[in-house]
Amino acid sequence: MSLTKLTLAAVGLAVGVSGFAAQSATAAEQFIPSLVYRTGPYAPNGTPFADGAMDYYKMLNARDGGINGVKLVVEECDTGYNTDRGVECYERLKGKGETGAAAFSPLSTGITYAIIDRATQDKIPVFSMGYGRTDASDGRVFPYVFTAPSTYWSQASALVRYVGGEEGGMDKLKGKKIALVYHDSAYGKEPIATLETLAEKYGFEFHKFPVTHPGLEQKATWLTIGRKLRPDWTFMWGWGVMNQTAIKEAAAAGYPMNKFIGAWWSGAEPDTRPAGKAAIGYKSAAFHSPGSNFIVHQDILKHVYGGGTGTTTEDKVGEVLYNRGLINSVFVSEAIRTAMGKFGNKAMTGEEIRWGFENLNLTEAKLGKLGLTRFMKPIKLSCANHEGGTPLRIQEWKGQQWEFVSDWIEPMNDIVRPMIEASAAKYAAEKGITPRSCN
Amino acid sequence: MEFLTAIFVTPFVEIVSYPIFFFEVVIGGLLAGVMYSLVALGFVLIFKASGVFNFAQGAMVLFAALTLVGLMEHGLPWWLALLLTIAVMVLLAITVEKVVLRKLVNQEAIILFMATIGLSYFLDGFGQTIWGSDVKVLDLGIPSAPLEFGGILVNEFDIVAAVSAGSLVAVLAVFFQKTRIGRALRAVADDHQAALSVGIPLKTIWAIVWSVAGLVGLVAGIMWGTKLGVQFTLTLVALKALPVLILGGFTSIPGAIIGGLIIGMGEKVAEVFWGAAFGGAIEDWFAYMLALVFLLFRPQGLFGDKIIERV
Repeated sequence: MSLTKLTLAAVGLAVGVSGFAAQSATAAEQFIPSLVYRTGPYAPNGTPFADGAMDYYKMLNARDGGINGVKLVVEECDTGYNTDRGVECYERLKGKGETGAAAFSPLSTGITYAIIDRATQDKIPVFSMGYGRTDASDGRVFPYVFTAPSTYWSQASALVRYVGGEEGGMDKLKGKKIALVYHDSAYGKEPIATLETLAEKYGFEFHKFPVTHPGLEQKATWLTIGRKLRPDWTFMWGWGVMNQTAIKEAAAAGYPMNKFIGAWWSGAEPDTRPAGKAAIGYKSAAFHSPGSNFIVHQDILKHVYGGGTGTTTEDKVGEVLYNRGLINSVFVSEAIRTAMGKFGNKAMTGEEIRWGFENLNLTEAKLGKLGLTRFMKPIKLSCANHEGGTPLRIQEWKGQQWEFVSDWIEPMNDIVRPMIEASAAKYAAEKGITPRSCN
Repeated sequence: MEFLTAIFVTPFVEIVSYPIFFFEVVIGGLLAGVMYSLVALGFVLIFKASGVFNFAQGAMVLFAALTLVGLMEHGLPWWLALLLTIAVMVLLAITVEKVVLRKLVNQEAIILFMATIGLSYFLDGFGQTIWGSDVKVLDLGIPSAPLEFGGILVNEFDIVAAVSAGSLVAVLAVFFQKTRIGRALRAVADDHQAALSVGIPLKTIWAIVWSVAGLVGLVAGIMWGTKLGVQFTLTLVALKALPVLILGGFTSIPGAIIGGLIIGMGEKVAEVFWGAAFGGAIEDWFAYMLALVFLLFRPQGLFGDKIIERV
């Protein structure tokens, strides 16, 4: 066979296989789209998230036969972290399955912004867990967007509370310098308004350092921070290679690693391992535990990897981003389960699943039942509050693994929630939306 | 008024007020520029010998680094992994010549350029299919501690990178000037037809030059991979080399080095002292703007060959 024929045969086979894999769900199946990025510059971070998300659904199918007897059918669509491809994935998958897509988790603030209007019109929940539009936490204006368990604004306030505690009290922040190194994108800019508000309230200086995508070169930024400004604390809202470069350049400029705290998207193994010893002592925020010492992981290893259907290798189970993907699937599947409690054990529509999200109540007992005791804090959502506002912890890179170094830190909900409501009201006015009543 | 002050007054006041810091930024920029030059060298070699702008150079950097670290992860000692990677890059060059370039001899330069775009995407995907898309740690024991000389901070790693680039340029200069193959490469670069007429084998020369570009890519991959971890993003370092090429000229090896130094220093000084006036994050576009300004006065770049068309 000639090389040309061989190539055509291979392409044909690939198309055939993908067509087989993407077969549609039947009535007793719940279709869940999974927007991932296993390719492109952010693949090292996107892949473990996608693995954790997929393994949890596989475990539910293998262990429980799905949710209340309804099998879960999951189809991935690779966005490459590109907004245009994300929208294309949304359009391709929204109508799949007997009841359409259950919920979309875009795993990108840009994609989240791009599909909010479409999803609201299509009545499909968008679950942007810890990313996306913070003001979408106001369910009265954004009925189909959920930001649980926390948002960038809450996270920024929790970080300020943490450094206040480390300095000996919030009043000690007066006159201190806090720098923010951020991905120059919608994602990276999210905490700025909150930090500016808090800088005014607590009297610290706030300095911003944008880094352009993808963040390969940051020497100028870190020379300024490490040699001239010398801030008391530096926060980072980075993603992908930007995180590793920042950690390396911070160390090269002699900036103390124990004063450098990343957002929860800047605190995983792919961020710290390439930086080697330079990363030891670097901290980040987290809303769930690292590691695999939880019953849910044992169940995944037993029912998924034991059956030879694991999405990754066993040693990756329990890594930070794997666990985050897992938690993402926990939220979606528990919203479906909650919806079934009201609408019956069948495939749910997007509208019904939205009800499930709004009535989600993951208590300590419920988390225990899910094998998640001490993995995360209990959380309750409502019609108006799509965030939940869970407390955060600070974790530190010890050279081989992440470990918690703080207790749970409450975000400043008294400051953040009014900001969310004001921003959502402004959005509603601009778009001509009449906020629904949640009374 | 505030904007004008931020451009014409504040930066100069800061430079005078913090001279040590200014020198740190200049030195840091020069050393960063050396890293760009490492990538730019690969482009120059292929363009010089064949007139092809090799869009796949960034992908070759990634592919070389992925192969090296992948072999090391399989338990091979670094020296053996390095030798095997060199062999793989030579094999790749021969394959590119046989499968892609040979079929496109005498085609327009744009056709060859498009072919390298295809090659780039193929190498990206092929490399990650074989070695995976995880970030891989490349630790060859290159030191990276911050050092101070007279109060000026310099990083050990940057010094090693500068020495590597300098050595590479010296080796390439000797290769081009003193060896028979080097002279043949220069002859091909000057005039394909004339070189062919005196018996220089064009296909062999192309395979050799792609091999050398592959080896330069390997050195760049080692330095960038050690710095960032070996991952897909390494292909994007090519974007940092483009302004260097525009400024230094597409056909000059010294131009790639000098261009890298000017771009590196220029963008760092601009970011640190003028960045605030524009809201920060100006270094990427500033590098291209700087290159374009040079282009207006010397379209062939600082060291590029002047193109004279006779009609």
